[in-house]
Amino acid sequence: MIAVELRKLFRRPRTWVTIALLNALPVLVAVLIALTDLAPRPGEGPAFLSAVLTNGTLYPLAALAIVLPLFLPIAVALIAGDAVAGEAQAGTLRYLLVRPAGRTRLLVAKLVSVFAFVLVTVLVVAGVGYLVGQLLFDVQPLGGTALSGTVLTSRELAGRTVLAIGYVTFSMLGVAAFALFFSTLTDSPLAAMLGALAVLIASSLLFTLDAASAIAPYLPTRYWLAFVDLFRDPVLWRDVVRGLGLQAVYVGVLLAAAWANFATKDITS
Amino acid sequence: MTGEPMITTQDLAKWYGQLRAVDGIDLDVRAGDVYGFLGANGSGKTTTVRMLLGLVLPTSGSVQLLGERMPRAARRVLPRVGALIEGPAHHGHLSGRANLTLLDAAGPGGSRRTRRTRVDTVLEQVGLSGVGRRPVKVYSLGMRQRLGLAGALLRRPELLVLDEPTNGLDPQGIHEIRDLLLELHRGGTTVFLSSHLLAEVEQLCTRVGVLDRGRLVLQDDLATLTAPTGATVVETPDPERVRAVLDGRVVSVDAVRAVVRGDPAEVNAVLVAAGVPVTGLALQRPTLEEVVLAAAGTSADRVDAPGERSRR
Repeated sequence: MIAVELRKLFRRPRTWVTIALLNALPVLVAVLIALTDLAPRPGEGPAFLSAVLTNGTLYPLAALAIVLPLFLPIAVALIAGDAVAGEAQAGTLRYLLVRPAGRTRLLVAKLVSVFAFVLVTVLVVAGVGYLVGQLLFDVQPLGGTALSGTVLTSRELAGRTVLAIGYVTFSMLGVAAFALFFSTLTDSPLAAMLGALAVLIASSLLFTLDAASAIAPYLPTRYWLAFVDLFRDPVLWRDVVRGLGLQAVYVGVLLAAAWANFATKDITS
Repeated sequence: MTGEPMITTQDLAKWYGQLRAVDGIDLDVRAGDVYGFLGANGSGKTTTVRMLLGLVLPTSGSVQLLGERMPRAARRVLPRVGALIEGPAHHGHLSGRANLTLLDAAGPGGSRRTRRTRVDTVLEQVGLSGVGRRPVKVYSLGMRQRLGLAGALLRRPELLVLDEPTNGLDPQGIHEIRDLLLELHRGGTTVFLSSHLLAEVEQLCTRVGVLDRGRLVLQDDLATLTAPTGATVVETPDPERVRAVLDGRVVSVDAVRAVVRGDPAEVNAVLVAAGVPVTGLALQRPTLEEVVLAAAGTSADRVDAPGERSRR
């Protein structure tokens, strides 16, 4: 069943178009910076972007930071929102269930394929970022500069980049869980996707509001950018750990809700 | 195997708020039946079919499919059931073959090695073997319907549950599908055919259930329902003379025929002796349409103001 869902997802042209479009922006940014030599000053613009002119090995991280606030969540919400609602809209859900695929098994298979999409997408963004960084910018063979000014060896940098990719993937699982939950509520994939995005936009907005500071630590987007802390020396683990814990709670609760709803739902699509 | 219960329901009901979509029905479909499940649009046919297959959960009552309780036994029972529910549905960007392959792989039963053969077999059965790699989105409605039927046949089911299977097919297509269903039936498949097309049911089915506004108003063998009424239809150019000769036994008269109580041989003898020209004689049988109209009320699409039509 899981293999079937993975095949469906990755044989679908739309999946790859989404990933390709997602990579267009970081590539464009890289080309512009390389042509003009005008990187944002430190502390401005997306994280790591100010440093890429001096060290192209940081570009995978800059690419992730560029797509993280909006484009990556949109892509994840698009695919996860389509997971169940898309089958319902096409009418194929009823045939899967009388096959019988089993409601819980189907949901688990959808979950795994959505998580696979998140991982593949983040890896592709990082991979394309790596290629672009190598091609367009100076590459310092001996590692790069940590945000706090000290020098990281290239092994340290590689290790921390892998951790950052893992952290971003995990943050996106929260988006996926929201969209998947909404996807079991409605027969419209568009509604599920927009629902998830509405949650994220509301969360980002509340985060900027002083009056909402009491609930700020519980907002789903609160710790998204904490992966930057992995590049401080020494690593600032506090926000990273909190971010992981918060996402784990969201993912757990939302998936339980998705399961409870889907397992007992009347399928009328 | 004939006579084993294939579908039974006890007091099956589904309420949507105050609306009783299905209102306490007791279906009884036995092995070897071709069961025609008739009802107007909106009478609750599709909701019933969905409850049989475990897609919609009943408000009350119970369903047994192939003798096992649904939806609890879905995983054991459904691989032995093929279904076409409210029209076919496929992934439009994939070919028919790829759709069937994915569907086959999505559930239990059937080995991976024989999958290709199974898909080829059902495509041939429904007349789509030459369709190639074209994506389903360019299929005609009739081709999609055939592909949906192919999906239902993948598991060589003991029971076929078909909701409007000839929808969208041209007359030749309808004929082919009817032949296919009869052939499957001869091979031992029980068929549950939900339809609003009386003619289709009359031609195919051995047993009929009629649903009217959520209630099963009729369930019997077709032969019993359309059994001779004991009257004779006399075709004659002069029906008024029939009335004169057989006064008191004439049920009705129109321009070219009279309906008379009594069996044809006896009626004929009396009329010929009296010199009444008789051009045709037949046992009177009610048509299925008459039976259904007598059992069910007005169309369920019709929405009268409260009080105009009392609830049946």
